[in-house]
Amino acid sequence: MGDKLIKLFINNKEIAAKEGDTLLKVALNNGFDIPYYCYHPDLPIDGNCRACLIEVVDEKRGNWITTSCNLQIKEGMKILLETEEVKKLRKQTLEMLFGGHMDNCDIYRSHYCRIHSEIFKKYGIDNKKYDRDQDIHQKFHKMNVAVELDPSICINCTRCIRVCDKIGIGYLKFEGTSSKKRITYNKDPKVDCIYCGQCAANCPTGAAREQDCLEEISKILKDPKKIVLVQTAPSVRVSLGEEFGMEPGSNVEGKMYTVYRKLGFDKVFDTNFAADVTTIIEAEELVERLHECKKMGIGHPLPMFTSCCPGWVKFVEFYYPELIPNLTTANPPQIHAGFAYKTWWAEKEGVAPEDIIVVSIMPCTAKKYEANKEKFRFGNNIKAVDYVLTTRELAALIRHHNIDFPTLEEGTVDKYGKYGGAGAIYGASGGVMEAALRSGYNILTGKDLPGITLEAVRNTAGAFKTADIDIDGTILKVAVASTPREARKLIEEIRKNPNKYHYIEIMACPGGCIGGGGQPFFPSTKAIVEKRRGAIYDIDEAKTIRFAYKNPIAVEFIEWAKKQPKEKRDKCLYTSYSQKKKFE
Amino acid sequence: MDILQKIKDANIVGRGGADFPAWRKWETAKDSEGDVKYVICNASEGELGVFKDLYILRNHLDKVIKGMRILMDFLETKESYININKNYYEELSSEISKATSSYKGEEYNFHIYVEHPSYIGGETGTILNSIEGKKPQPRSKRVRTAVSGLFGKPTIVHNVETLFDVCSVYDGTFEGKRHSGVFGDGFKEKKIIYHPINWTLKQVMEEAKMIPDFDFYVHVGGSASGSVFDGDQINDEIMTGVGSIEIFDKNKRGTLKFLKRLFAFYTKESCGKCAPCREGAYQLNQMIQKVTKESDIDWDEILRIVEVMERISFCGLGKGIGKPVHTYRKNVLKK
Repeated sequence: MGDKLIKLFINNKEIAAKEGDTLLKVALNNGFDIPYYCYHPDLPIDGNCRACLIEVVDEKRGNWITTSCNLQIKEGMKILLETEEVKKLRKQTLEMLFGGHMDNCDIYRSHYCRIHSEIFKKYGIDNKKYDRDQDIHQKFHKMNVAVELDPSICINCTRCIRVCDKIGIGYLKFEGTSSKKRITYNKDPKVDCIYCGQCAANCPTGAAREQDCLEEISKILKDPKKIVLVQTAPSVRVSLGEEFGMEPGSNVEGKMYTVYRKLGFDKVFDTNFAADVTTIIEAEELVERLHECKKMGIGHPLPMFTSCCPGWVKFVEFYYPELIPNLTTANPPQIHAGFAYKTWWAEKEGVAPEDIIVVSIMPCTAKKYEANKEKFRFGNNIKAVDYVLTTRELAALIRHHNIDFPTLEEGTVDKYGKYGGAGAIYGASGGVMEAALRSGYNILTGKDLPGITLEAVRNTAGAFKTADIDIDGTILKVAVASTPREARKLIEEIRKNPNKYHYIEIMACPGGCIGGGGQPFFPSTKAIVEKRRGAIYDIDEAKTIRFAYKNPIAVEFIEWAKKQPKEKRDKCLYTSYSQKKKFE
Repeated sequence: MDILQKIKDANIVGRGGADFPAWRKWETAKDSEGDVKYVICNASEGELGVFKDLYILRNHLDKVIKGMRILMDFLETKESYININKNYYEELSSEISKATSSYKGEEYNFHIYVEHPSYIGGETGTILNSIEGKKPQPRSKRVRTAVSGLFGKPTIVHNVETLFDVCSVYDGTFEGKRHSGVFGDGFKEKKIIYHPINWTLKQVMEEAKMIPDFDFYVHVGGSASGSVFDGDQINDEIMTGVGSIEIFDKNKRGTLKFLKRLFAFYTKESCGKCAPCREGAYQLNQMIQKVTKESDIDWDEILRIVEVMERISFCGLGKGIGKPVHTYRKNVLKK
């Protein structure tokens, strides 16, 4: 096999393709439409949905129908896509696969109905013809407040299981045989979910989905007594457009700000502002630990790990609690924002924190879990962040309001959402590291990092990356990884040699938040994540302010927080961790 | 001894129902790269109406084990597995232990994999996955077992009787015969007949003294995936597929009973991996269990679902439903 190019014919059109590729991959790359559910370009092939049928022309033995996802292409192969035989067999297969489906009509799940209705119409599928086996043993299951499993609509495509295995957790399983086979979770007490939502991001029917809060948000937006603020994660603005047919990597920030106003949010702020806050706090702590370590082991240990990824934090608190002291105590960005808006901003505006609702739009499902944590509340059980919507939920809400997103005018963010390039790059693997090092450089040397950028720490989805960063003569040894699978490799290295690294960034999702569990569907392939990544760094480059410590709003908030009484200051800026049991 | 040539000349084919020339598997596995190779004896026998392997295990276990050793020698390996259904193993565990113990001195390994009795459990890919500790589900046939099978190594899976035949060839006692089970309505006993390969169904049934005096049809080659013939065809048909003949009294078990049992078996035994078999077998069963009159059978719908199952299922289990349904219609219903 390898990269030798061969020639084949799809619908009589001559196509050149790599010899080792499968037909479905080649067809999709060349713009042909073949329906599929269990196939995913980045996961092992399973071949169970049988939707990707095509007809192979064989003049000698007669044409035959087969699945294209696992068909190796051969020189001179002739393939037909829409023959009567293919249509007949595909209709029957899909009618049985989707029998009894798609009667869910709440705001979020109608999202899936919409996608499927289009396909049913296109291929003439009658999904009411059959019913499915309701007598199943697997129960509806909630993974804390982040994701949920609904076996009643599972079509056994196994994408969730393959992706959960691939990232290195293995929480999802199938139970049952025949028509009773459905998704469920691993009952092993030593295995738990980290809420990353990769399952939800890849499920074609919503059997694995985020616990959505669109009904509540719709009510809140109409409540005149509440001031509803929205903040958005760095990754959403380079991904949201895909839900409306725009190219992956389109920066739709302006339209996003506009749509928030149309939806009825009272203030449009931005998590990116808070990412600048987190950067400053985290860089301060990194330098502190570096100095303490120089004094031979006093104080917090190295390597220091980032903690803005709640999936990674859950992974540490459940699987590697001995590493808890290594996590930075800086609050994660959305929490910095929530506290900032409900205390500092509330004071400025003369508004009671109880009257403020903070809504985060995240590419992430674990952020729902994070926002719900007891430790991120203050006063009379007031949450820093009240609701978290995924990119998908936001898209569903926009559609529900019949807003034509791509044609919206460019809007702007309100003053307390302004941010710099360092905050913008949090969404990509290596972004937190780079932002913190830009600031760390300044703390250690008093100067701005020459050249501003640190290409050496930018990583793609895949293997972890290491680098030696020269901070004015001192060499900082760093590592950047995404997914628990890669994290484990680094943890093993550290176990053998605790002095190997000073600072490590870990994200739970492949490629970082841009490949997050809350991102647009269908599917977030490696190729698409790469485009989003490019767009993120473009935003950074276009900013005048590239260093977190030069964001005056972020600096103002931190200075204010540090002047507050200790308890209030600590709440706003810092956090602590604790070992977690299964389901916690 | 050129055992490969001998089994070629003797035309030894797989006796699990596929009739695949054994020498081709042997040659492929021999030519494939692997630091270890595996021989697997398939003693699952999970199909409806088949019991000839149990007979062979009870009466000729030594020959089956010797057949495994002969194949291990040919592949220059010492590693083998016996994939055996739990019920058979409960009866024969000490006999198997005894039969394999004589080879321990020469370091042959006969690992036992006890299988929860099922139909899919006898499917090659499922055997490999089960032994590897994975879900008991089939594998894509596009990777040949003889090239990359158990743990990715060249592997040959042979039915119990195929190994028995291999031993007969090696010993010079192979007579071109096969074992077929005969049983069914109107006969209390189940018999195993060891008969020449080209015998007709009638000859086998006569030998068993089981020619019915009532209006009948037979299900041949496995009562889930084999062919159905009318009583008046038994002189025209040779025993094919896996060795079994089930006799049906037309007055006691007509079309409805036939279909109900068949569809119930498929929905029970489907592993659940692929949509056509998982959902198709379920729909067929749901539909047929509600039917009370033969005239109410919706053949169009049955044939639509059967067609998708037999053409689009992931593995041979789902694909197997076509033969019994089509041959029943053609030979018994004369449609």
